[in-house]
Amino acid sequence: MIEVTNLFKEFSGVPVLKGINATFENGKTSLVIGQSGSGKTVLLKCMLGLLSPEKGDICYDNRHYDEMSIKQKRDLRKEIGMVFQGGALFDSSTIEENIMFPLKMFTNKPLGEMRERVNFVLNRVNLENVNNKYPAELSGGMQKRVAIARAIVMNPKYLFCDEPNSGLDPKTATVIDNLIQEITDEYNITTVINSHDMNSVMEIGEKIIFLKDGVKEWEGTSNDIFKTDNKAITDFVYSSNLFKKVREAQIKERS
Amino acid sequence: MLQQVFKSPQKKSIFRENIFKEIEDLGISSIGIVAFISFFVGGVVVIQTALNLESGLTPKYLIGYASRESLILEFSPTLISIILAGKVGSFITSSIGTMRVTEQIDALEVMGVNSLNHLVLPKIIANVFFYPFIIIISISLGIFGGWVAGNLTGLISSTDYLIGIRSDFEPFHIHYSLIKTAVFAFVIATIPAYHGFYVKGGAIEVGRASTRAVVWTSIVIIVLNYFLTQMLLGK
Repeated sequence: MIEVTNLFKEFSGVPVLKGINATFENGKTSLVIGQSGSGKTVLLKCMLGLLSPEKGDICYDNRHYDEMSIKQKRDLRKEIGMVFQGGALFDSSTIEENIMFPLKMFTNKPLGEMRERVNFVLNRVNLENVNNKYPAELSGGMQKRVAIARAIVMNPKYLFCDEPNSGLDPKTATVIDNLIQEITDEYNITTVINSHDMNSVMEIGEKIIFLKDGVKEWEGTSNDIFKTDNKAITDFVYSSNLFKKVREAQIKERS
Repeated sequence: MLQQVFKSPQKKSIFRENIFKEIEDLGISSIGIVAFISFFVGGVVVIQTALNLESGLTPKYLIGYASRESLILEFSPTLISIILAGKVGSFITSSIGTMRVTEQIDALEVMGVNSLNHLVLPKIIANVFFYPFIIIISISLGIFGGWVAGNLTGLISSTDYLIGIRSDFEPFHIHYSLIKTAVFAFVIATIPAYHGFYVKGGAIEVGRASTRAVVWTSIVIIVLNYFLTQMLLGK
């Protein structure tokens, strides 16, 4: 379980996170949603230790991030898998080298065993015959799947995804969402996903945290989100014409 | 930054692989341009020296002597380093900077990798240990270029040139040249790496960082050249 307590972060005196409290439970997929600029990515980067918060605490299964030494932090990060918004694949390395990198860095497995593991995770994300290709030779959706494969190759306890389906067509986005959900269930991972995509909320959001202007405005499940009267969240959810029509139909049905 | 850079590598085998890759990227790939420039500048140095010593009162072999000294003391270690600051420095800044803006460095950090150590230390080692070889090649080809130019133009005979090259040879000048080169090699690896590692923004900022890195590296080389010369050759 990851617990975030009273987290504050500012850039050049401008507050971006204003006292965030949140809990991300084991074996569940939690979604942090909100408009662009609401502080989602900053929250994720603070949780990963890529940014230092001004105030607050982040606790990974009773291990307080602030109290850890640099070595303990690096060891904790070996338990973390991260899917970056743009994939962040090493563009001068092949797909196999990309996925094998954490294995080569942190294990002493023989090459054959590492190759086997790479093929297993590639197979798990439904990719074949891409081992010797470079990231630039793959489509956006395939790159995201490679990023997921790299994130899970070390059997992480925690999986973070920053807008994993941004820039993808709806069908591929659904495939990626489902893949993350399956992996979370299969390996009992604590998964935290940043998204502003309502389809993801519908598909995989077991727990939703809604951020607005650096404040946690709302928390609930994907079912609750369509029942709440919180104006900020209804404005966000029903800004899409599709959901607006669904909402109108719901209201009509009730009346 | 340097404290993190000089930490012990997390995995020796990957570190070794990286050093060989950097030697190829930063060193071997520079040999061609260094050889080309050194050969022709060596020729130009001989022609200019010969034209300035036309009085007939000075012995011809001094052309060879003066050319050798210019190449060993200044041209090869300093000017070649400035050329490499442009070629290699911009490569280092843009490659690390692109990794930064595309979150590849964040990806390394999230995996638990000391990214500064992983990316920068192999470059420093490759530069500091390989550039002296490049400078020796540069000195040799410069002297050879001078001999070719002297023969082709008829300004100095082979015999005079070879006598000049061998006269009053001071081995410490080679040491001085290589010490300077090692210091400049360190500067060429670290300043551009710093500019690339801490770049913020996108492609334009990476370009600007590369330009800044080359300018600062060149300035630092020029200033250090003065102090090193004063320290090592000054009385």
